Amino acid sequence: MSTLTNLTIAEARNGLAKGDFSSQELTESHIAAMEAARGLNAFITETPDIAQLRAKASDERRAKGEPAGAMDGIPIAIKDLFCTEGVLTTAASHILDGFVPPYESTVSANLMNAGAVMLGKTNLDEFAMGSANITSYYGNVINPWKGKGGKDLVPGGSSGGSAAAVAARMAMGATGTDTGGSIRQPAAFTGIVGLKPTYGRCSRWGIVAFASSLDQAGPMTRSVRDAAIMLGAMAGHDPKDSTSAPLPVPDFEAALTGNIKGLRVGVPKEYRIDGMATEIEGIWQQGIDWLKDAGAEIVDVSLPHTEYALPTYYIVAPAEASSNLARYDGVRFGLRVPGDSLDDMYRNTRGEGFGDEVQRRILIGAYVLSAGFYDAYYMKAQRVRRLIAEDFKKVFENVDVILTPTAPSAAFAIGEKMDDPVAMYLNDIFTVPASLAGLPGISLPASLNSDGLPLGLQLLGKPFDEETVLRAAGVLETAAAFDGRPA
Amino acid sequence: MSYILAGESGDWEVVIGLEVHAQIISKSKLFSGSATSFGAEPNTHVSLVDAAMPGMLPVINEECIEQSVRTGLGLKAEINLTSVFDRKNYFYADLPQGYQISQLYHPIVGEGTVILDLDDGSTREVGIERLHMEQDAGKSMHDQDPKRSFIDLNRSGTGLMEIVSRPDLRSPEDVGAYLRKLRSILRYLGTCDGNMDEGSMRCDVNVSVRPVGEAELRTRAEVKNVNSVRFAMQAVEIEARRQIDVYDDGGQVVQETRLFDSVKGETRSMRSKEFAHDYRYFPDPDLLPLVISQEYVDAIKASLPELPDDRKQRYMSDLGLSAYDAGVLVAEKETAAYYEEVAGGHDAKLAANWVITNLFAVLKDKGVPISESPISAAHLSQLLDLMADDTISGRIAKDVFEIMAETGKAPAAIVEEKGLTQITDTGAIEAAIDQVIADNPGQVEQFKSGNEKITGWFVGQVMQATGGKANPGAVNKLLRDKLKS
Amino acid sequence: MSLDKDTVRNIAYLARIRIADADLEPLSGELSGILDWIEQLNAVNTDGVEPLASVVDVTLPRRKDEVTDGNCQDKVLANTTDPEDGFYTVPKVVE
Repeated sequence: MSTLTNLTIAEARNGLAKGDFSSQELTESHIAAMEAARGLNAFITETPDIAQLRAKASDERRAKGEPAGAMDGIPIAIKDLFCTEGVLTTAASHILDGFVPPYESTVSANLMNAGAVMLGKTNLDEFAMGSANITSYYGNVINPWKGKGGKDLVPGGSSGGSAAAVAARMAMGATGTDTGGSIRQPAAFTGIVGLKPTYGRCSRWGIVAFASSLDQAGPMTRSVRDAAIMLGAMAGHDPKDSTSAPLPVPDFEAALTGNIKGLRVGVPKEYRIDGMATEIEGIWQQGIDWLKDAGAEIVDVSLPHTEYALPTYYIVAPAEASSNLARYDGVRFGLRVPGDSLDDMYRNTRGEGFGDEVQRRILIGAYVLSAGFYDAYYMKAQRVRRLIAEDFKKVFENVDVILTPTAPSAAFAIGEKMDDPVAMYLNDIFTVPASLAGLPGISLPASLNSDGLPLGLQLLGKPFDEETVLRAAGVLETAAAFDGRPA
Repeated sequence: MSYILAGESGDWEVVIGLEVHAQIISKSKLFSGSATSFGAEPNTHVSLVDAAMPGMLPVINEECIEQSVRTGLGLKAEINLTSVFDRKNYFYADLPQGYQISQLYHPIVGEGTVILDLDDGSTREVGIERLHMEQDAGKSMHDQDPKRSFIDLNRSGTGLMEIVSRPDLRSPEDVGAYLRKLRSILRYLGTCDGNMDEGSMRCDVNVSVRPVGEAELRTRAEVKNVNSVRFAMQAVEIEARRQIDVYDDGGQVVQETRLFDSVKGETRSMRSKEFAHDYRYFPDPDLLPLVISQEYVDAIKASLPELPDDRKQRYMSDLGLSAYDAGVLVAEKETAAYYEEVAGGHDAKLAANWVITNLFAVLKDKGVPISESPISAAHLSQLLDLMADDTISGRIAKDVFEIMAETGKAPAAIVEEKGLTQITDTGAIEAAIDQVIADNPGQVEQFKSGNEKITGWFVGQVMQATGGKANPGAVNKLLRDKLKS
Repeated sequence: MSLDKDTVRNIAYLARIRIADADLEPLSGELSGILDWIEQLNAVNTDGVEPLASVVDVTLPRRKDEVTDGNCQDKVLANTTDPEDGFYTVPKVVE
């Protein structure tokens, strides 16, 4: 049975269709894997009962000859930022203690409607704020890959639990959300594929909001094809989300033609940052060569405002977060810490309920929006954001995709970069610019570094052109032939 | 006519601006599909969006946009084709999101005008600074429990239009006239029911004072909790007097929010609300800029009903009514509609008289609005018909009107039932006259000796003899002929 | 921009987060560090650049005015602490 957990979604789909195994068998083997790997702390809530019920229902549908959904019978994990009806939803925060949503997020509902089987809710940085999955109220997640001497490493964040679950073969795929790199960076750290779609491609309805103008859900899988399959099941216009794009969902899998002859690939010089690790530079060059060999045309491009993306992000995202998180006040759901007055109750609840990093970001956000500072910080950031978006727009007049490294390093040890918030923020240096511009981006594992840890490459595309991104990623994947897996 | 308050140091002028919150008439809320209706069980007209559950998102109601544009056009205001929703961030128990979605920087409606009809028949323009859409808050109830406040979110998220006037008002009378006129316009437009008792129209009053002749505006205080026209007028008086006293005592007025207490007749500082207020407005990232087309605005404009100012003008120029009568009749949309039904096919001034004098007296007496008038417009119109075709006299009409007010019956039925039909048959009238002449030889003698005034006495006798039903014109003429013969 | 303790205390009040007095000093240091780093944005010339609030370039979608939601008091109150008679309750507010 254990080999079932090594299958990709595409392989499992074929196996299920042929009757090689049942969804219940597939699900049981993943439940076993999930239980066996509890030490990684990838899940906040395991839902084996729900998984078994849904697997059984999938098998019954299949037995009756009903048409199978795109994810029918496939066991997946859901980041605990997605509200799931009747299942505890925490955002990895103390403040959502005991919160059981009476509703299902659009994206998770889409997946369930496509037949997917939910194994549980994965751990994350509290309210998705972090790049190492060390801010969760439920404890940090451990990367299934080990450092030198078996040292525990971070899985990246904020979708660290989803990344670990997929990398460690506990789930065939998992949902992530990406605000500044929260899908792509942990995917790179754990040697899997993570796709952040164009802003507006997946509905935000029912996902606990961090920064509304940036948040976007996407798939985390072990292959590019799986990402295409899963994105197809997650995406779609949702009238309940005013920022959801009223566009049809293309057949993403069909985009994987393996042919990128004549594709124009931009390589932005500004991503060649000072003091860039040689192994990162090396894998980037390797990626360029692979694409060139496959018939793509490499174009040197410039995104002049790249270096300002991180500070812009750290104004925009906390500002939106400070407002989005105001609803966690102890009145209608979650933790309530009593107080003598309404204000006391608010302050006690939010003081105890939010962890340090979330508090820091709320305070920064409140500050940059406050009277006298709004223009200097928030408006300034919005103007720079436009410059960053226009940089991309200009470059995409001339190229089809952009290739960069996903992160400036491989996974680091738990405990590193903890003292300096800014050092931690720099993890997202390559992922944040595209987030600000709302562009689709994918990270895929390219090779292992000298410590045997995976390194990721990132491909960025034009708005709503996930198909080209996937096509190029598919070619890179074939060329890289990455077969590393955690011990 | 100007409103000047005397202080120890001299005379003071009062400067007032109003912020009116008008609940938009719509079936569902501004950003959610739950119902707006009033008086439901607590927390039943509440969706997960209204309760600000995690991950819930706003989607705007197209009717609220249309109603706001309609109101803007009714205020002769510029309509902004692009407007933006901002979040106003603050914590309060009845504000579940922790922010109110409003429009600070780019409201949907810009500058406009309201014309005040003052008691002396004169008019005056008051500038409108802006109108924007925003969410209403829920309700907190503080007196159910000794230790807790109860929160009902039924009203939370209902669409509001905040209508901000320029500081163009100068007296409590202005404030009353402004609020009545604004309410009238909203009701004509059908965009707000203007019901201050139920809180569907509320206002905050910004008051400052300055010595007569001083050009600059002084610091203002914002007075809240003013839930009737009368209270708004009172609040201005009380707050202006307080500020003058502060200046007279050598103090300074501070910019603050004050609560109006109608029972104690005072305003008092709401320091608790004042502390560290900083709303941190920023564009709501869950929404996009609202863009409307000029064609959309033009279509709404083309569908606007006749508004009170135009209607008043028409009553004066086309129907020949006085400014006062026209103003009274147009103030309420229902009154104007009633009047027009009565006046149709009749003398406009006569109809106006009947409505303003007779009908209003009945309504006042019974304490009911015109929509619940015991006399329908159709019946009053029929009554005028009966006078016009000489079926009854004006005097009988008044009696019939009284019966209509009591019974709600149609005038023709009353006339029929009581046999009040006017006698126009000269034979019958002549017979009555002959009888009166025969019975009163002394009075006839007086007439013949030159006392013509006694004719009136004879008319009275004849009318009495005919139970008031004789046509007075016919009686007069026949009587004179007979007395002279 | 360095934030002093009082400023941090005020922002924390605005955000309704209780911060222990002893934590104000280190927190103001951390926040100042973040703001200093953010201020590299001042080097960017943004004259004449319109702020970008959203990358979505469609106009705001609108809903029909229909009652499609609500009447779910049980769901609305399902996760609250201390509801009573269909109301949420909070510590008494004195106005």
